[in-house]
Amino acid sequence: MNLKEWVFTTDHKRVGILYLIGSVAAFVVAGIMALLMRAELSAMGPTLTANPTTYNVWLYAHGAVMILGFQIPALTGFAANYAIPLMIGAKDVAFPRLNAFSVWLFYMGVILALLTFVIPDPPDVLWTGYPPYSTITTGNTALYTFTVLLIGFASIIAGVNFITTIAYMRAKGLTWNKLNFFVWSILGSFVMQLIYVPVLGTAVLLVSFDKYLGTHFFDPTMGGDVLTYQNLFWFYSHPAVYVIFLPFMGIIMDIFATFSKNRIFNYKAAVYGGVWGIVIISGEVWIHHLYVTGMPDWLRIGQMVTTLMISVPVGLMTISLVGTLYKGSITFETPMLYALGTMFLFLVGGLTGIPLAVTSLTVNLSETYYVVGHFHYVMAVAGSLAIFSGVYYWFPKMTGRMVNETWGRIAFVFTFVGANVIFWTMMNVGVKEGLPRRYYDWAQFPQVAHDQMVMTIGSVIIGIGFAIMLLNWILSAAFGKKAGDNPWESKSLEWTTASPPPHGNWPKPPVLADDWSPYAYAKR
Amino acid sequence: MNKHSKIGAGLLALAGSAQALALDKYIPTTDRIGDPAAGWNHLWSEVLVDITIMGVLFAVVLAYLMVKFRRRPGVEGGGVKELSVGAAIGWAIIPAFIFLADDLFVAANGWQLWNLQRTVPADRLEVRLESGMYSWDYTYPNGVRTQNVLKVPAGKPVLLRMTSRDTIHNHYMPDFKVKEDSMPGRITYLWFYPKEPGKHLVTCNEYCGVSHSYMSGQVEVMPPEQYQAWYEEEGAKLKAAAAAPAATEGSAPAAAPTAGAAAQDNKKPA
Repeated sequence: MNLKEWVFTTDHKRVGILYLIGSVAAFVVAGIMALLMRAELSAMGPTLTANPTTYNVWLYAHGAVMILGFQIPALTGFAANYAIPLMIGAKDVAFPRLNAFSVWLFYMGVILALLTFVIPDPPDVLWTGYPPYSTITTGNTALYTFTVLLIGFASIIAGVNFITTIAYMRAKGLTWNKLNFFVWSILGSFVMQLIYVPVLGTAVLLVSFDKYLGTHFFDPTMGGDVLTYQNLFWFYSHPAVYVIFLPFMGIIMDIFATFSKNRIFNYKAAVYGGVWGIVIISGEVWIHHLYVTGMPDWLRIGQMVTTLMISVPVGLMTISLVGTLYKGSITFETPMLYALGTMFLFLVGGLTGIPLAVTSLTVNLSETYYVVGHFHYVMAVAGSLAIFSGVYYWFPKMTGRMVNETWGRIAFVFTFVGANVIFWTMMNVGVKEGLPRRYYDWAQFPQVAHDQMVMTIGSVIIGIGFAIMLLNWILSAAFGKKAGDNPWESKSLEWTTASPPPHGNWPKPPVLADDWSPYAYAKR
Repeated sequence: MNKHSKIGAGLLALAGSAQALALDKYIPTTDRIGDPAAGWNHLWSEVLVDITIMGVLFAVVLAYLMVKFRRRPGVEGGGVKELSVGAAIGWAIIPAFIFLADDLFVAANGWQLWNLQRTVPADRLEVRLESGMYSWDYTYPNGVRTQNVLKVPAGKPVLLRMTSRDTIHNHYMPDFKVKEDSMPGRITYLWFYPKEPGKHLVTCNEYCGVSHSYMSGQVEVMPPEQYQAWYEEEGAKLKAAAAAPAATEGSAPAAAPTAGAAAQDNKKPA
């Protein structure tokens, strides 16, 4: 194994693994930021640092790196790259060199994000970068802008690549309705990336123009408007939630099918109603991030209705997930445990989003710990557990070795318990006390001392869970027992080749029989 | 810092003209006095019941299926037949209909409360708010200014017309279940209904800078007579000061309080 081969690789599997390494590294860094913040918040007043800016930089790094450096690249970078060509029986993606270019851009973005900890005035503008603060702060807003642009550009390139790959490189006999659900979810995700990422790029670029070149796009004293930025930003960043959400549903859907040895319940409803329903509605709900910004009253009501309507496609996918277990023959190996954990966390996170869709309730809940608790349930921990269930699931394919089951289960218990301890408490504090988020110090709310300590303890528990998981991966990759081609006895195409698959994936391109399906398990 | 003061100066001019124009045509008014905070509590408990039922239902079914269909010796495959076309459509349309019905039910209730929250009673106290890093500066109809303390009479709805002189802030009063951003170059409003005398926290709910978490204030709800006495006394003091050949004009920022000292120094970590 030599380094040059990896850096200059055009093999989708290696590109995928590079994405995995980069995004897990980002996850570790952003996770440490979370632990630092929790330690700071464990007691009232300054604890770890007496400088609020230091805390605000952790806050920026945690949010920006988790979303842009970890979740989006892990799903649309790692999972898509590794699994899509294998699932559709292709020997690689449509444009392998472009693919290599996109992973390079991603790494440059991650390196830029990590410079946060080196440069003298790191960005302190949160992952949202709202002006006017982002244009008057002494923090380095340009670093934020270019991190977003690099990673965004990587996404756009990957989008072109994967949409082409899925459209033109399917194996003979693999019709659209026989695609793995995961393939559909990635397709939906990249369609959204192509539509919305340019809008985000525009927004963050204009902020830096305002700050460094003296333009006035968002400066009201010179005819600009502060809300324009927020509209542009969330026009991308709410769909970004679904860019993460769809592939994570895709991963757990395929894991549910494999470990239940069952078809996906009402596949077409989940694909055409669920995935494409989300893609269609995703662009009409961003105002729910601006419910308390003085947007026109009628608009805040209109997008309350569209936001609530998201429950329809999400509900269809949820029914498909639950229905996939029906009359299955379920086993509970680590990937399935993580997928089921995702399902329960997602249930809590999804349903607690309904009050936040309601404008008149959000007028109280907005920007409190309730919101933080909600989106950590639905996006942060459900999303991350889904990503990790995918890593556990494809681990034997990637490395040719099995992950240690016992330690996998132990890690799961820590993670699942820790997540609930933190984020349930967080939602509770938000509703009961109205504790605002993004506070370096909660001196105004002495009554939350107990809850803050509980959340900090929860963060240690979840940290232990993730640490065990990562160690387990590293050790299992080196010393795990040999996996064989299809350890989970899946019918899906990626399990028909060797583990790890050779360059080109199959010696001869697979040709599929008429009755082939990725979910054609033996009937009961 | 240069840019910051520039924004401040510009906004001063802007706030003057814009607030003179007011935004009355954007503020629907009513003769009835409702209680948005009570309405919030009511709707919240309703929606909470709704989502709890759905959550428990899904979780119980999920747990049941996990146990019931775990792999047993002898049963290798679990595959069941694909749904028939009719069943597939039914399993899509009926749940979609149920979700949509629930959505619209929640939305209708939400809209009703929204109208209450955004329609301001005609009989009200109007106070202008200018927020800045890191203070809340209130201006009363008679010109009295306070900082970080909003004194209001019990039993009278209060309308805040808000703007900001630097970054975006958010005037959040957890006890009254209401908040709205205050932004440079824009005027927003919110209203609340303080019923009983007492003190309530005001806190900044939009990341506004380094000392964001220390940006707090207080709503002091006073018995109406006591409020009236304070209001008139401060108004008289202001008049007397204006009559005197004071040299303060022009140099005072819009927000320099005329009544009392700042409740606390929000810039310093406690």
